[in-house]
Amino acid sequence: MSQLALQLDCPGEENFRLQVDCQLPDRGVTAIYGPSGSGKSTLLDCIAGLRRPHAGGLVRFRGQNWLADGTFLPPWQRRVAYVFQDARLFPHLNVQGNLDYARARRRGNDGAGLQQVVTWLELEDLLQRTPGALSAGQKQRVAIARALLSAPQLLLLDEPLANLDHAASRQCLACLQRLARQLELPMLYVSHDIEEVSELADHLVLLEDGRITDRGSLLDICGRLDTKLSQEEQAAAIVLGTISRHDPEFGLTELEVEGETLLVGYQQQLAGQKRRLRIPARDVSVCRQKPLDSSILNILPVTLTQIEQHGSARVLLQLALGSQHLLARITRKSAARLQLQVGDRLFAQIKSAALLMESPDHHE
Amino acid sequence: MSTAELDAIYLTIALATITTVLLLILGTPLAWWLSRQKANWPALVEAVVAMPLILPPTVLGFYLLLLFAPGTALGSAWERLTGTQLAFSFSALVIGSVIYSLPFVVQPLQAAFQRVPNGLLQAAATLGARPLDQFRSIVLPLTRRSFITAASLGFAHTVGEFGVVLMIGGNIPGETQVLSIALYDYVESLQFAEAHRLAGGLVVFSLVLLYLLYRRDRRDSWRVRA
Repeated sequence: MSQLALQLDCPGEENFRLQVDCQLPDRGVTAIYGPSGSGKSTLLDCIAGLRRPHAGGLVRFRGQNWLADGTFLPPWQRRVAYVFQDARLFPHLNVQGNLDYARARRRGNDGAGLQQVVTWLELEDLLQRTPGALSAGQKQRVAIARALLSAPQLLLLDEPLANLDHAASRQCLACLQRLARQLELPMLYVSHDIEEVSELADHLVLLEDGRITDRGSLLDICGRLDTKLSQEEQAAAIVLGTISRHDPEFGLTELEVEGETLLVGYQQQLAGQKRRLRIPARDVSVCRQKPLDSSILNILPVTLTQIEQHGSARVLLQLALGSQHLLARITRKSAARLQLQVGDRLFAQIKSAALLMESPDHHE
Repeated sequence: MSTAELDAIYLTIALATITTVLLLILGTPLAWWLSRQKANWPALVEAVVAMPLILPPTVLGFYLLLLFAPGTALGSAWERLTGTQLAFSFSALVIGSVIYSLPFVVQPLQAAFQRVPNGLLQAAATLGARPLDQFRSIVLPLTRRSFITAASLGFAHTVGEFGVVLMIGGNIPGETQVLSIALYDYVESLQFAEAHRLAGGLVVFSLVLLYLLYRRDRRDSWRVRA
């Protein structure tokens, strides 16, 4: 009931056709991931009411029909806000004017206040500027603030970081993470950048050629071998850990993951904080005996749970570490030489693990 | 200046003002509609709107004269409603001027509207703005200058009208004798000094108006211009 139910059949350009029938959670951040042309923006447009599927279809949010037989609520009657890739600030209004525009038309009184939003998105010094005088990152932060001030019940974001340079993208991402943690506002986040998605999302929907191929929690989907995601070069597992100790002498931070210890580069965060780690499959190798004199610090006992062929020369391994999963991509020759079998107890050598920004993780 | 000349000036300004107001009221929705069409057939509507640009005004005037004649459906309906004849009346001049100056108002507005990105309207819609609100709060401010251009061109073009007026208005002082007709009268009767006064006045008026328009158009780069 309290969800976003979608049944859409929407033709697009050329032979493209979006065909979706699913229920998405109405909490946390749901990332819609897929290559360009997979229908991500079409999906958001249908949810926002900017595009109307030709025949039938259903968009129901928290029991309210936005699109159903005989019902089509126009965008201005749906309590949905949309952050576009190109910000779309109104050029004849300054930043304050853009924010006021949304506030004057807000569709409920339960939204965040102006002062709060300005603080969250670090806009204090920009209020009197015109959109033409803003950098791409500043524009996008204003666009997010403007969307929040319209008091939406659902926030749609269409690749908001795609046009930003690295620094601006990090700053914007940090803002979004703060919002995801502080607001009870479900977000649908469209992206084709899996690292961005790994930082932000609780749930993941994989879209390809207008169809949903997989969906579930981010950690589950990233740990699986049978998704399109695992076939990508930068395939990586995401694991959750707790910061346990700092080692300033060697510039390292210790995390506890499923009772094991993992070392990463030094972090400023306090012990006890939960963090996500992104471990690329290409940086994980396995051995049968625990190497005693390896330069690799992170060697964890794991159980081989799945083997999948990946191209002609390589295989992908799914390794269970407690209740979580790692991925490893090794050569088929190594797999044959080690005579790897599902159920084997192995040691995973992790060459690199990237600690992600503070994770929202409200799905736990 | 004679009473007849003052009458002609007053009549010309009244005609141009009423015509411009009507053109803005009728032309704005028409231009908006044209600016948002992707199909081919609205091009036919555009062609009809643009006809006065290339047709000799006398052609338009000739057909309007036939249309306004007392015996026709329009002519007799007008007589029933108002009790006066439509042909050779001030009202006939207004109708003729609205048609004659339509492209001068519709075209700059349409060009300006076409340059308002649809994405801005979508953004406004998702922020809760209904279509009329979107038009008022986004389109109007972005195209404000084009409204001034359109109104000025419509006004100036109506002031400069001759052929249509001659055909449907005749030359009734105080009723249909506008400046251009009065000028024609002076020339016909070889009163060149009086003709200079009117002709020179119109030249100065047109030059000043157009100069002000073009000067203003050079400023404010973010605005959508025609």
